[in-house]
Amino acid sequence: MFSCRDGLRAVAAAALCAGLGAQAQGAGAYPGIGRDATPKEVAAWDIDVRPDFQGLPAGSGSVQRGQDVWEAKCASCHGVFGESNEVFSPLVGGTTPEDIQTGRVARLNDKGFPGRTTLMKVATVSTLWDYIHRAMPWNQPKSLSSDDVYAVTAYLLNLGGIVPDDFTLSDRNIAEAQARMPNRNGMTTRHALWPGPEFAPGRKPDTAAKACMHDCPVGLEVASRLPDFARNNHGNLADQNRLVGAQHGVQTAPAAPAKPADAKPQAPTALLEKNACTACHAVDSKLVGPAFADIGKKYAGRADYIAGRIRAGSSGVWGSVAMPPQASLSDGDAQAIARWLAGMAKP
Amino acid sequence: MSTMAGRVRKAPENFLQGEGVHTAAAQARAGRRDFIRSAFAAAASGVAASAALAQAPVGEGDPAILKLPAHSTGLGQPVATDGYGKPSRYEANVQRRQSPGLTQTRQASVSFAPLQSLFGIVTPSGLHFERHHQGWWDIDPSQHRFMVNGLVKAAKVFTMDELMRLPSVSRFHFIECGANTGMEWGNVAVPTVQYTHGMLSCSEFTGVPLITLLEMAGADLRKGRFALAEGADGSSMTRTIPMELIESGEVLVAYGQNGEMLRPEQGYPLRLVVPGVQGVSWVKYLRRVEVGDQPWAAKDEAVHYIDLMPDGLHRQYTSTQECKSVVTTPSGGQMLLDQGFYNITGLAWSGRGKVRRVDVSVDGGRNWRTARLESPVLSKCLTRFNIDWVWDGQPAIIQSRAMDETGYVQPTYPQLRAVRGTRSIYHNNAIQSWAVQPSGEVANVQLS
Repeated sequence: MFSCRDGLRAVAAAALCAGLGAQAQGAGAYPGIGRDATPKEVAAWDIDVRPDFQGLPAGSGSVQRGQDVWEAKCASCHGVFGESNEVFSPLVGGTTPEDIQTGRVARLNDKGFPGRTTLMKVATVSTLWDYIHRAMPWNQPKSLSSDDVYAVTAYLLNLGGIVPDDFTLSDRNIAEAQARMPNRNGMTTRHALWPGPEFAPGRKPDTAAKACMHDCPVGLEVASRLPDFARNNHGNLADQNRLVGAQHGVQTAPAAPAKPADAKPQAPTALLEKNACTACHAVDSKLVGPAFADIGKKYAGRADYIAGRIRAGSSGVWGSVAMPPQASLSDGDAQAIARWLAGMAKP
Repeated sequence: MSTMAGRVRKAPENFLQGEGVHTAAAQARAGRRDFIRSAFAAAASGVAASAALAQAPVGEGDPAILKLPAHSTGLGQPVATDGYGKPSRYEANVQRRQSPGLTQTRQASVSFAPLQSLFGIVTPSGLHFERHHQGWWDIDPSQHRFMVNGLVKAAKVFTMDELMRLPSVSRFHFIECGANTGMEWGNVAVPTVQYTHGMLSCSEFTGVPLITLLEMAGADLRKGRFALAEGADGSSMTRTIPMELIESGEVLVAYGQNGEMLRPEQGYPLRLVVPGVQGVSWVKYLRRVEVGDQPWAAKDEAVHYIDLMPDGLHRQYTSTQECKSVVTTPSGGQMLLDQGFYNITGLAWSGRGKVRRVDVSVDGGRNWRTARLESPVLSKCLTRFNIDWVWDGQPAIIQSRAMDETGYVQPTYPQLRAVRGTRSIYHNNAIQSWAVQPSGEVANVQLS
């Protein structure tokens, strides 16, 4: 497709093609397609920050300021101390002062340790800065200023004991934080799963199975299978297979009783999803916040009250995780959602 | 209920929703302990009859033949009843599904493709597995822009109109999430092939080789040995791609999928296609590619999509999906209707090239036969295999083992765990075992 014949009829272009090789095959080959990006356009999108801090904007933020931002915008999902496991994996925990010295998180060798937090895994502080900046808070990504990102990063590092309480993180001292990352020496690229020559050229795959065909020496004991009580955990498997075929699905659920006529009002699903309510609430089960059904039960008929709490936020009623104020929600949307909730518990 | 004559009895419609299935399933559960330890002993013959589900004799003939149905005696629907046709209403069970409890939110979650119900190698676009990190969007293509910057002579911007004017290629490739089968590293965790292997799909993708666009910007390919791909959605997913793969012409900036535009859940209007590499690198809603001289250690290559090894180190920049296969029918959660002939069928693929061979065992890996590979057999693409099997009603453990054109052979669980332990989450390509019980019920098992 890079042949000089394609799209190059002008004599000048043909001369370019003959003379300049790759360049001609690139820009010159497809005249009229694409334009130069303006510096402002590049700046608007080129937000990535590399481990060598290329791309990191100037700025700073203190642990103290980070705590304020955190409690307003991050704690509802991640917990006040970054420890919450309710929505996402915990960010903080599992690292020690010794890890900060060695750059290897010792807990990663403990096969009994239940999980891995972000600070146990991440080797590069740039990763935290870049990701918080581009994708957090997760229902309003890219809304934090650079200084806020420095502050939140500082708070997170402080929770992990990596920087002191009075620390102010900036583009000038972020390398010092990098030098204290608990798992900074915990990565390896010595594997055969990178499809390029950069990290471990010529490395062979780490298994070397042989295709034995007859009387192969294999274990035949069934070492693992689903326990009986988990049989229906994924729903009725009969309903997850086609009605016809060589095999049908196994009936794992008792036959369902005839469904009673549903008199309840329909959920305003589009509104709930548009406003990211479903990030934290489900209809019938508790997620981060209470189930919609439970709210409906508690505040039956009190649509105005519910609308007010949606707009202003709420804390301490349903558990430790607060709901931040939903300022971006329109009055109409808040009222519609509140009317649905208030009417849910009607007989 | 209808009946049909023949050596292999077909089940009438809705046959599995009756009481007989409950009985069969109960027998299967009761028979389990009998069969597990001596999976291949003839001693199991005593319970082998439980698959013989009662069926009424044909009598004078099958009512489905003798009594003409409405569709044989009436007028059907007009053309264009539906401007975009849908599957038959009888196919409503064939859906992508979430695995309960796997994630806490539906915006950062996964839905699995129903591999047990698919034929051939192409995944219908509406059944393609989904993985979203911050919810999906339906983006106005007239407002979408694609930028190339970094180590280039001039940063460039392209509209969709412009990208679609360029010479395009169309290629079939599989896409597999690096965490596919990740729930099964330590033990059996899920019941069916939809949940064990369903973060896998295959489509014909149409688009422009990324190298064309990088050359149009005058990329410095001597210094710029890495590229960063970035999405336009909230998560603005970023992943580092090796320039060597881009230079091969395989990496596409794609807008087409199976003859139409990409589905919104798959990144409409533009996504990266990185053949052989795990799905997270196939950045959706693609807005930018930057050329650079170092990798980026983005969140999804520094916090997630890193593989924990037994020595406590994480493998970083793991990308290639190694050779793997799975039998899709018979598979977990299915019921063989009777003894007799079956076609064992499944899928094989490799991130390093073409599938060379697939072997199938029905005795838990002691003896193997080589399966038929159906055409086409394409590089970094799903390959369909089939092999005949006559089930005698005895316990059986069905496995498939693929080999790719590099000579790499798909490992067993013990072989894989010996080098990687059980905590790495990603890149589980072990041989899958399905135990056929005398009742006909098929279960997901792992062998010692």
